[in-house]
Amino acid sequence: MPDTLLATAPPDAAVIEISKLSTRFGDHVVHADLDFDVRRGEIFAVIGGSGSGKSTLLREMILLHRPDAGSIRVLGVDLGDIDAAATLALRLRWGVMFQHGGLFGSLTILENIGLPLREHRTLDNAVVDALAAEKLALTGLQPEVGAQYPAELSGGMLKRASLARALILDPELLFLDEPTAGLDPESAGGVDQLVRKLRDRGGLTIVMITHDLDLLWQLADRVAVLADGKVQGIGSMAELAQMDQPAIRKFFDGPRGRAAQEQSKSPAAAHQAAAPRAAAPRAAAPQAASIRS
Amino acid sequence: MAVYAEGVALLGFIGESAVALAGCIAHPSRMRWRPLLSNIGSAGVNALPIVGLLSFLLGVVVAYQGSGQLRQYGANIFVVDLVGISMLREFAPLITAIIIAGRSGSAYAAQIGTMAVTEEIDAMRTLGIAPLEVLVLPKILALLIVLPLLTVFADLCGVCGGMLMARAQLGVGFEEFFERFTNVVSVTTYLVGIGKAPVFAAIIAVVGCFQGFRTKGGADSVGRQTTRSVVQSSFLVIVADAMFSIAFSALDL
Repeated sequence: MPDTLLATAPPDAAVIEISKLSTRFGDHVVHADLDFDVRRGEIFAVIGGSGSGKSTLLREMILLHRPDAGSIRVLGVDLGDIDAAATLALRLRWGVMFQHGGLFGSLTILENIGLPLREHRTLDNAVVDALAAEKLALTGLQPEVGAQYPAELSGGMLKRASLARALILDPELLFLDEPTAGLDPESAGGVDQLVRKLRDRGGLTIVMITHDLDLLWQLADRVAVLADGKVQGIGSMAELAQMDQPAIRKFFDGPRGRAAQEQSKSPAAAHQAAAPRAAAPRAAAPQAASIRS
Repeated sequence: MAVYAEGVALLGFIGESAVALAGCIAHPSRMRWRPLLSNIGSAGVNALPIVGLLSFLLGVVVAYQGSGQLRQYGANIFVVDLVGISMLREFAPLITAIIIAGRSGSAYAAQIGTMAVTEEIDAMRTLGIAPLEVLVLPKILALLIVLPLLTVFADLCGVCGGMLMARAQLGVGFEEFFERFTNVVSVTTYLVGIGKAPVFAAIIAVVGCFQGFRTKGGADSVGRQTTRSVVQSSFLVIVADAMFSIAFSALDL
């Protein structure tokens, strides 16, 4: 049923609809009446300070945590009263890249990537390995990495391998949890390009949680700023940059915010839909690398 | 209050595991044979030396402690009753369960706890693989199979230890020992001991896995939950053993 609904839906239709979402941990209110939609085919980012509930929000969208009130619809399915079979069906339609990879330490990288196929499809081992190798190559990893175990890889490679596993079932929706956190500048830049490449292949909606201002300026079509349990603002980075709420301002004022904004005006970002509002003359824009920790 | 909350959570976990088990029995294709076999290997086969050695020593100690008293009354031959019945009924099942709680229960908690910390449990769920089916059921079933078998092995080693000590300290020869053993130790004694093992196995496996899933945060939490799993499962095993004693005395077994 959800498939037919989506097939007839307009291209701009919402892939995720969140309304009146509330979450509490004991007395601590994490989300109070959160509302927003994610549209088909866009790169949507959620930002917010530590403890603003963005990770919890991601966990709620991928059925790892149940909100206290409100509704979440993902790919046309209400997550509120979902049964085990529908949960499984839905989980096979999205992919999740975890912050630390979430790869299984007892399996090689290639086995990790092929695992969803082995679990949910009946395919020959050779076919599974070939498909897994294809995703491995897509995420820019060398073929010999496939035979290694997660403990032998660097943080950036783990994220790529995790992404390859998230893509193995060709999902309609991709969740990225802190795709560049903890990476050296070069690896982070590589992940930027990888996400862009995936978006350009078309048909994929990407939702990401990030702190990375470069990633936001260069890639995000729309950004939601989370603070005090509410969405403080939503829009392209250029639109957000004009808003006045203090919770939003802190992402733009401050040296790192300004530097990323400057950087986004470089030619690399020129083809962005969410282009910066003013093409201010650019004098020696700082390197992207210099503003990442 | 915390104990109450933990008890409720444990009951919830037992319920979830039971549902998963029922699902696997209804659809045997969902059963994970590879982890089951590897768990039988790690919790059973690899535990044979330590279980054998400790129960052998326990048999030696029981016979040695008894020998001083028995000799005073000239009742040397009763060392067979002492070693045979105490080993088969009580000591072998208990020492095996305690060793496995320390050895495998802790390993279960640490493994699952580490997987929770490294997001592997979350990843498993998002990939549509039920952690209970992959991680918990094979462990519970493996211990249910392995612990009674280890108990039989512990019976054997413990009685051997007692037999050796009986000859060294009390001059009871092996033949004499065997003859009296077959007369005084009934099959009921043996079965009562073995019968407790599956209950102990379920306690150890469930508590170990449960504490693993309760791991939150980082590495220190893994350590804390692992400790808890050993303390709680040892405690519950001894409580269960005491309840068995009460039940068996009420049943005149």
